Amino acid sequence: MTQTVNKSLNPLPLKERMKVPRQPMPEQPPLLRAANFGEVNLGYSEELARQEAARCLECAKPICVNDCPVGVKVKEFVQLIVAGDFMGAAAKIREDNVLPAITGRVCPQEDHCEGGCLMGKKVTPLGIGYLERFVADYEQQHMDPKDIKKAPPSGKKVAIVGSGPSGLTAAGDLVQKGHEVHVFEALHELGGVLVYGIPEFRLPKQIIREQIDYMRAMGVQFETNVVVGKTVTINELMEGEGYDAVFIGTGAGLPQFMGIPGEHFNGVYSANEFLTRINLMHAYEFPKYDEPMVDFRGKDVAVIGGGNTALDAIRSALRLGARKAYVLYRRSEAEMPARKEEVKHAKQEGIEFHMLTAPVEFLADDKGWLKAARCVRMELGEPDASGRRRPVTIAGSEFDLPLSVAVIAIGTSANPLIQSTTPGLATNKRNYIEADVMTQRTSRRGVFAGGDIVTGSATVILAMGAGRRAAKSIHEYLTTGSW
Amino acid sequence: MFKIQHAEFIAPGIKRFVIEAPRIARKQQPGQFVILRLYEQGERIPLTIERSDPERGTINIVVQSIGKTTNLLNSLETGDSILDIVGPLGKPSEIEKFGTVVVMGGGVGTAMAYPTAAALKRAGNRVISIVGARSKDLVIEENEMRAVSDALMITTDDGTYADKGFVTDKLRQLIDNGTRIDLVLAVGPIPMMRAVADMTRKEHIRTIVSLNPIMIDGTGMCGGCRVLVDGKSEFACVDGPEFDAHRIDFAVLVQRTSMYRAAEQQSMEDFRREHDSLLARIRAEQQEAECALQGGGR
Ligand SMILES: Cc1cc2nc3c(=O)[nH]c(=O)nc-3n(C[C@H](O)[C@H](O)[C@H](O)COP(=O)(O)OP(=O)(O)OC[C@H]3O[C@@H](n4cnc5c(N)ncnc54)[C@H](O)[C@@H]3O)c2cc1C
Ligand code: FES
Repeated sequence: MTQTVNKSLNPLPLKERMKVPRQPMPEQPPLLRAANFGEVNLGYSEELARQEAARCLECAKPICVNDCPVGVKVKEFVQLIVAGDFMGAAAKIREDNVLPAITGRVCPQEDHCEGGCLMGKKVTPLGIGYLERFVADYEQQHMDPKDIKKAPPSGKKVAIVGSGPSGLTAAGDLVQKGHEVHVFEALHELGGVLVYGIPEFRLPKQIIREQIDYMRAMGVQFETNVVVGKTVTINELMEGEGYDAVFIGTGAGLPQFMGIPGEHFNGVYSANEFLTRINLMHAYEFPKYDEPMVDFRGKDVAVIGGGNTALDAIRSALRLGARKAYVLYRRSEAEMPARKEEVKHAKQEGIEFHMLTAPVEFLADDKGWLKAARCVRMELGEPDASGRRRPVTIAGSEFDLPLSVAVIAIGTSANPLIQSTTPGLATNKRNYIEADVMTQRTSRRGVFAGGDIVTGSATVILAMGAGRRAAKSIHEYLTTGSW
Repeated sequence: MFKIQHAEFIAPGIKRFVIEAPRIARKQQPGQFVILRLYEQGERIPLTIERSDPERGTINIVVQSIGKTTNLLNSLETGDSILDIVGPLGKPSEIEKFGTVVVMGGGVGTAMAYPTAAALKRAGNRVISIVGARSKDLVIEENEMRAVSDALMITTDDGTYADKGFVTDKLRQLIDNGTRIDLVLAVGPIPMMRAVADMTRKEHIRTIVSLNPIMIDGTGMCGGCRVLVDGKSEFACVDGPEFDAHRIDFAVLVQRTSMYRAAEQQSMEDFRREHDSLLARIRAEQQEAECALQGGGR
């Protein structure tokens, strides 16, 4: 269903719109939510959504659309909300984005659509993420799976490796072109970082399940428990199982440790393990679920790092009963890569931010359980290769921070499994897969790659953008046969 | 869903399963393992593959009832299914012609040492096997091991079968008799592997152990399985599970495997109380999945 909106249905004159601030997102009160895993943001009502949508200036050349990595037609879907056609708005978003309920919740909108919004220059940017989320949730509640259309079969088969946002996006786009799409996932659950990394209070698992069910209804087939490179290789998929093309979207899943003494002590976790236990394995629901976790109640916990992962980990620890919950970050708050909304939420919940602080050693009791982190204070020096000012240790600033649990969230790197089992697949010196920035083609004919496994850890929407470009060039390759 | 074609106890508390897992069966090599999960609320646990049959598309695992998950698994019978199995994981054993190899299996470790012993034998090694168990009825895979060994020695802690003592006593004898040993492979409880490592370190005999730390994903993603090798972290699921015994920090291994002792005990108590309802839940999930399959889902 495509709809074009010619004339504005917006009752508010432009001048008035400029004066209205953004409709706040209803949320669970900080003290209440700090003790549960329920979603923090509760979502707009229809009324709030229409009020917020009415703020859109309907720019002739919308910057928001340009700034969106998948080119969601923001102005058009917002106009449909104003008109009260929420299903039309959903269809409009789906033309470019197969996972709107997810991006509406976790995209760093300030870096994309909302970043350039003209309203932001006057008052506050249009709540594009909030509106996207509203429309996606509305669609979920009101759609009839029978309305999902299947394309006529093309006779071509595509394997997608990894069910994170890049893989899901590629799968969704390709199935709509009539290709037979099989997604292979190493874990028992589908969704990649969305299920094993991002916690329930930011992105309920139910949302991901619904998006995946939607893709199933479109005809995508999923096979879990397949570690490509171990259970089956790319060559075997292409030669033995008849796949005409393969997309690799395996993410940057290898945890980095700091290489400081004491990282092997009990109570020191990688963020991946910590979050996987809690999210994928539901350790926060122990003993209803079998996967155990250390008992956080009354304990002091710190996370090391300043990204979304770090905040997800520490906010989870808080919800599991931690007495003190710290973020230790070696730069200053301005450099923190986390979404701004998450930083705000974390502070409201009582997380303590210790900027310009880094551990240099972990200390344990005689049974090997963590009891403190020896830390140093930093100051910012000259800019480094990333353009951010380099943190430099202040001499003599050492101090011990008593801790029972420390979570290391300083980043991830490429898992070498596929690279090492796929002859002729070119990688860069950090072992990420080389892929063309426009076509996502790798050095192997018929093999495409995108998302974190190409760029290093980035964002959901950038991974989706790569999945989308890959789907387009896979379709071209399958129809023309030329490489 | 992975169908259990056959399940039988081979000793008290030790059960062998033949499971339909065609993809894994095609790729399995000695020394590799699977990770499985029994039901929606279940944890993921690693288990070594005892052998596989690529033609029939089956793998075998041998499981000793220890905690909640292994006890629950050993309650499953022929015809039941396992929700998730992923593999084959880990590096295969290093198989080449070393000369004389001593393969040591302690308890259920014997079943894990077996595929490697067989491969070492096929590679032309002289294989001397030492199998140990607490008592007579816990000696497993005796015939299998005999078939792939040039010599087989058996010990029981209580002397109820074969020679009383520990597997390390037999290794000591071999060394003292001047047997030339080119490689030792030891698979069993941590104290046993540690004792073997201590003995062979002094004799400068290269020794391989197969470690089984706490794991989640088994693909290198979580780092929970890390072990200290020469003071540096390595991941048992991708860099192992077999390691040079003389480079392993066993104290850290013991410390890390005890991390969830309290929770594990609680789970075990729950299991005793809720055994029947848990089993019923697993079977209900199996049925649901089968219906979904027949309905064309999944
Ligand atoms: C805790 C956390 C919070 C985050 N928060 C945000 C946020 O708020 N906003 C945002 O935009 N971004 C966020 N990110 C980043 C974002 O999640 C990632 O950039 C994005 O998920 C990358 O997508 P992907 O498709 O490349 O890979 P992934 O999501 O990593 O998915 C890869 C999938 O491939 C599977 N896989 C790996 N190897 C194999 C194999 N050999 N065979 C089969 N399957 C395999 C993995 O199991 C996984 O399911 C966060 C990341 C983390 C860890
Ligand atoms: S089990 Fe997670 S990295 Fe080894």
